[in-house]
Amino acid sequence: MAAVEQTRPKAPLIYNPKVRSIAYQAVLCAVIVFLVWSAIYNAAENLARAKIASGFGFWENTAGFDISQTLIEYQATSTYGRAFWVGLINTLLVAGLGIVFATILGFVIGIARLSTNWLLARLAGFYVETIRNIPLLLQLLFWYNAVLKALPGTRESLAIPGGGFLNNRGLFLPQPVFEPAARFALIALVVGIVAAIGYRAWARRRQMQTGQQAPVLWVSLGLVIALPLAVLALSGFPISFSYPEAGRFNMRGGFEVLPEFMALLFGLVIYTAAFIAEVVRAGIRSVSKGQTEAAYSLGLRPGPTLRLVVIPQAMRVIIPPLTSQYLNLTKNSTLAVAIGYPDLVQIFAGTVLNQTGQAVEVIVITMAVYLTISLVTSALMNLYNRRMALVER
Amino acid sequence: MSDIATTTDAKLMAGPAFVRTKPVAPLPPPLTEAGAIGWMRKNLFSSPLNIALTILSILLIVWIVPPLAKFLVIDAVWSGAGRADCLASPTHPEMGACWAYVIDKISFFTYGFYPIDGRWRVDVFFVLLALGVVWMAWLDAPRRDLGVAYFFVIMPIASLILLLGWPLIGLSKVPTTSWGGVLVTVVVSAVGIVFSLPIGIALALGRRSHMPAVRLFSVIFIEFVRGVPLITVLFMASVMLPLFVPDTWSPDKLLRALVGVSLFASAYMAEVVRAGLAAIPKGQYEAAMAVGFGYWKMMRLIILPQALKITIPNIVNTTIGLFKDTTLVFIVGIFDFLMTVEAGRSDPNWITPVTGPTGYVFAAIFYLIFCYGMSRYARFVEARLAAGDRH
Repeated sequence: MAAVEQTRPKAPLIYNPKVRSIAYQAVLCAVIVFLVWSAIYNAAENLARAKIASGFGFWENTAGFDISQTLIEYQATSTYGRAFWVGLINTLLVAGLGIVFATILGFVIGIARLSTNWLLARLAGFYVETIRNIPLLLQLLFWYNAVLKALPGTRESLAIPGGGFLNNRGLFLPQPVFEPAARFALIALVVGIVAAIGYRAWARRRQMQTGQQAPVLWVSLGLVIALPLAVLALSGFPISFSYPEAGRFNMRGGFEVLPEFMALLFGLVIYTAAFIAEVVRAGIRSVSKGQTEAAYSLGLRPGPTLRLVVIPQAMRVIIPPLTSQYLNLTKNSTLAVAIGYPDLVQIFAGTVLNQTGQAVEVIVITMAVYLTISLVTSALMNLYNRRMALVER
Repeated sequence: MSDIATTTDAKLMAGPAFVRTKPVAPLPPPLTEAGAIGWMRKNLFSSPLNIALTILSILLIVWIVPPLAKFLVIDAVWSGAGRADCLASPTHPEMGACWAYVIDKISFFTYGFYPIDGRWRVDVFFVLLALGVVWMAWLDAPRRDLGVAYFFVIMPIASLILLLGWPLIGLSKVPTTSWGGVLVTVVVSAVGIVFSLPIGIALALGRRSHMPAVRLFSVIFIEFVRGVPLITVLFMASVMLPLFVPDTWSPDKLLRALVGVSLFASAYMAEVVRAGLAAIPKGQYEAAMAVGFGYWKMMRLIILPQALKITIPNIVNTTIGLFKDTTLVFIVGIFDFLMTVEAGRSDPNWITPVTGPTGYVFAAIFYLIFCYGMSRYARFVEARLAAGDRH
């Protein structure tokens, strides 16, 4: 045996798959190392020539610019680090609200597209096909420049029932002012929510054991809404409203919603809802017709059939692409920079970058934020998918 | 009993009075079940909820369509020389869309600041591109292998020479700063496709490779790019790229944006192609290896042709996304179609309250036609592939 192996001509090393694979990978690593090294080398040289500082020391420097919408305390004398947090919170605000409204609108339109009502289904289809095929940036510019900025000025503000005003400087709403006694209502709200969750758990357990159903929806609504309202009435409505008033040039008082914010929210909601509608439609259609027919033959009416049979099964198909739509919405909120809403990109990758000139650090931080959001969301998604995966029997 | 029998017999003797030779024609269905009325009862008014929904839909249509028609057609101005024609006047109190402005500006929207005597070059480029697109999109076209070579090699080089200019053959140089409008939008999309498809295929193969270093690199690249917004990639390309290359290179502004868009689209293309590769049964790989094919031969002749074919609809959908995303180059200061529309809005010759909306509607129609066309094409290919599977 040994003699035979020795006499066999040895194949050149280059035809050995292992050697080849190692060689390919070595070449790839060398190329990447060279690219990274030359990028760092050039960047260091270019920055030194332009006399731009490097490192993250700028984080503590005074920003020196104002921001039109700040949810946390911020002045022009605050640091760049503070400005970063203001921008991040503004991004999360518009993304969070956008996700809520886009989900509602998307589900409504997705279900409307499957309606047996011909006209409604056609209308929903028309909405989806039109909105999906027009770039979001164009829609944002339209909402901002052609709709909101074209509204009448302060003096001819459109009055909104309830004491609000809408003009080309934004939406002005009455702002609730809480007096100390209002904290009882807040406590009642928290108690109500906790009680509603507890009641729901109890009702579910009882239904599992005895089959008796409990009016979960009505009791929960009562606990969450009526209880705080009752406490509020008992304590003599300790809430007053600060109403906006039209000044000579601008509005005074009240709660101000920037037109940039409204335009961005409108645009994101309307655009993303079209995609969510398609996701919902595909999800519902993935539930076979036999499921609906079986539910009907058991005597369920169309409403409970949808709620108890179709939607729970459709959710399994809907949730993964829905999450990616949420991520898209969050990423698309960066288009705020085009209409001047102070989000993370506008403040940080825009103003801060221009003032400090530290492109590398600023862009790296900005990308890291979005990357973190995406990776955390996909990690949660994988967890969910593992839990929801069909258990084969 | 017998009485009846005799009468019957007597009748039979006389022969049958009437024998039906044809079946009775069915009665027409009730008026409410057939025709337009039946259809409406079934599809619009089948239940109280449906009636309410129908009324709601009609109200919605009445609320949206007539004002839109009034703005776009009835009150619109179709010809004029300047802003005076598009301002509300006593004879024309309600002003609609100012199409005169679009007609006046159409060459600006198409070519940007491209020199007027060189615009035929842009037209030739459009024709070359259209030829390539038709060759690639027509599934039964002759010599599609040549088409691939044309689309990915010959056309890009020819277009580059044509658009940038080459004084040696008599084409004067045109800097990219004077490109604009639809030209830039089309260039960015075309470059995005031409580069992202090959890079995407390479990344997808890399992600399925057995070599850990290659796989790791592909995964990091794809997940990183898909995790960040396009704007940050464009910002990176426009402010960081010049730092990363030697000072003397100073890449052109448009080129930076093109690099950003291509890298971004590659990551998405890679995931689309990966899905196609994953759909190819293992037997195909094993059969290819059994006849002695190496990795590249197996991929080129067996796997990729099948994988790419089933991926066409998704590739087209990614292309639609890319086409819409090209508008974002506007944010890093490139004069694309949307930017020319924005710029035209504040042209002192045409500045009126209706100029802005008219420009946006025009741009919306432009994008709508192209994107809708592409999505119809994707659906057509999907249907054709599905029909092929039925055999």
